[in-house]
Amino acid sequence: MTDYVMKIDKSSKYLMATLLIIPMILMFIGVYGGLMQTLFRAGIVQSDPFMGPDYYKGLTMHGVLNAIVFTTFFAVAFGNAVIPYALRMALNMTWAWVSGILMLLGSVLAGLMIYMGEATVLYTFYPPLMAHPLFYIGLVLLVVGSWIAFFNWIPMYLRWRRENSGQRTPLSVVGMFTTFIVWFIATLAVAVEILFMLLPWSMGLVDEINVMLARTLFWFFGHPLVYFWLLPAYVMYYSYMPKLAGGKLYSDMAGRLVFMMFIVFSIPVGTHHQYMDPAIGAEIKFVHGFFTFMVTLPSLITAFTLAASLEYAGRKRGGTGLFGWMFKLPYFQKDKWLFSYLITGLIIFIFGGISGIVNASYQMNTAVHNTAWVPGHFHLTVAGPVLLAFMGMSLYLLGQYLNKEIKMKGWSLSVPYIWMIGVFTFSWGMMRGGLIGMPRRTNTGATYANPDSALFQPDWIYYIDLSVVGGVIMTLSILIFAIVFFTTALSKQREGEAELTFPVSESYHDEDVSWLRNFKPWIIAAIIIIIIAYTPVILDVLAGTYGGSPTYSPNSPVPLR
Amino acid sequence: MDKSESFALGLSGLLLAVFIIAILYAQFARNIEIPTCITDVEPFTTDTLFQVGEDEYELHMIARMWAFQPSEITLPVGSKVHLYVTSPDIIHGFKIENKNVNLMAVPQAINYISVTFDEEGDYFFACHEFCGAAHHAMAGRIIITADDEAQATGGQP
Repeated sequence: MTDYVMKIDKSSKYLMATLLIIPMILMFIGVYGGLMQTLFRAGIVQSDPFMGPDYYKGLTMHGVLNAIVFTTFFAVAFGNAVIPYALRMALNMTWAWVSGILMLLGSVLAGLMIYMGEATVLYTFYPPLMAHPLFYIGLVLLVVGSWIAFFNWIPMYLRWRRENSGQRTPLSVVGMFTTFIVWFIATLAVAVEILFMLLPWSMGLVDEINVMLARTLFWFFGHPLVYFWLLPAYVMYYSYMPKLAGGKLYSDMAGRLVFMMFIVFSIPVGTHHQYMDPAIGAEIKFVHGFFTFMVTLPSLITAFTLAASLEYAGRKRGGTGLFGWMFKLPYFQKDKWLFSYLITGLIIFIFGGISGIVNASYQMNTAVHNTAWVPGHFHLTVAGPVLLAFMGMSLYLLGQYLNKEIKMKGWSLSVPYIWMIGVFTFSWGMMRGGLIGMPRRTNTGATYANPDSALFQPDWIYYIDLSVVGGVIMTLSILIFAIVFFTTALSKQREGEAELTFPVSESYHDEDVSWLRNFKPWIIAAIIIIIIAYTPVILDVLAGTYGGSPTYSPNSPVPLR
Repeated sequence: MDKSESFALGLSGLLLAVFIIAILYAQFARNIEIPTCITDVEPFTTDTLFQVGEDEYELHMIARMWAFQPSEITLPVGSKVHLYVTSPDIIHGFKIENKNVNLMAVPQAINYISVTFDEEGDYFFACHEFCGAAHHAMAGRIIITADDEAQATGGQP
């Protein structure tokens, strides 16, 4: 069976180029920031030639550009490609452009404020540290832009359902809608935080802010955010990876069940980031921990389904025995370069997932909360499967939409493997250091890693140095990717018209179950669980806090006004 | 759903059940707790340390830009400490080395945990939430001494 091929018109082409190339440049800037952070932390540099001597300004840039801007743009760009392709319908280009322009405007605004030093608040922007109002407005524009992209797909989906009653929605569409349903519900909380709390407070319209309430609303958004990052990668794993490997998806129903479970359990889990916070009852923290375990279930199902799919492919390629199939997969095949971005991400995610379960484990969080363990962990998730799948697919889409042959395929193939070595080294250093007490978000180079300081911690040095080695290897990998990406973008066009195609997998078990066909019951279940999980949290926060806080800048212990 | 699939699903469920039982065991059999919602202590503005029983102390700690008050606390071996923390400005936090103490200090709220120090030594802690320009210089330590003559010090009496 050959894959469906969709013609690409001029407007789609330019929009896709914009949505892929500009965020990719911002991502590279963020990666440069990441490298600088490892050097700062080790005391190798005390100042960055572009960002200046402020470690925390660079850290804000790194977090916002890589974790929020790049990921959101990619999810929208990927949806703009997957949904018209899978539903075989044209995208409404006017709204697609409006969405893209709002997102660009917002990102540039937020980035500029950070660069000017007006928003050194890290990507969590906890009050009462205050950023310039334009920083918050930038974030709002980015989020609203992504909402418009989502709203643009809904009528297409509804029309498809009407015209194809009785048929199953393509799995990739279910996955992308799951991504944006989770994103929409989660961003409602951060929209409330920004529009009703942070923005009026930063503009001076109100004097004080309830810090715990703002923080709690942030984490209502902050944890589902990680599933928003992860789910587009899951779409690629389920829909495309089995075919790239030369096999079939083991079970179509498992994929659908996984996505629906993410809708239900992604959101009522945020308080597991606040286990060590005051003003939230320990019992309700446990409930959020319980739901966090529930949301690991779809990932455990995914681990099984994908391993089974890969085993099927490996055996078809001649693998025998219990593990023989593992060695037959196309790890280093130039024409299957995209497979290498997906498989390495999966391998990294094994460790990202395990360390994530540690974080969620209630009392055990005491040993790791806000230590360097945490960035060690999330570089194995967002900078593992998420980053690699997004980079691989960005390059793939670039080739398709701009009608270019992917250049330097061998080099492209090496990128995820080099990255894997780098990120494992980096995360090992961070996580082990964290376990002996090294804090995250801290410029250790100035004090704890500085032999001349009274606070010098000799035990930490080995782990800090490991993170530098990892950081350098990771940067090298990104450098190779940047060369491949731009060489491809600037190369000559292929003959003929631009066409879009995806390697859509068939299913090995193709069971059709009616209870997985509609989003509605799952969304209703999600809302009910969110209300059950969050009502006690909000009541505790209101009962356990004693008033508001004025505005502070990072540079003075005296309030700004 | 085929046999191997439901087996994998069952195994995953079992794994999670084991984890949850381990959490409950730590909570109820080992009494390892995490911070909860405190409503009976108002935010304080001075740091204090006072004895509330034999080998039992109450410590009110203030985390501020950019120091812990007190930043050095001396206590005899075997001390049980009721530790209350708040912040007069922005969010801070710390984890005490080798102990099950990890607290966020949030303005206008009180955080609490109790901890017993059974071994002598220096217990280092560093601010672990970004709190501005000198965040990386905000640290302290608890000195647990076996010296019988030593007085409990740190904070206002």
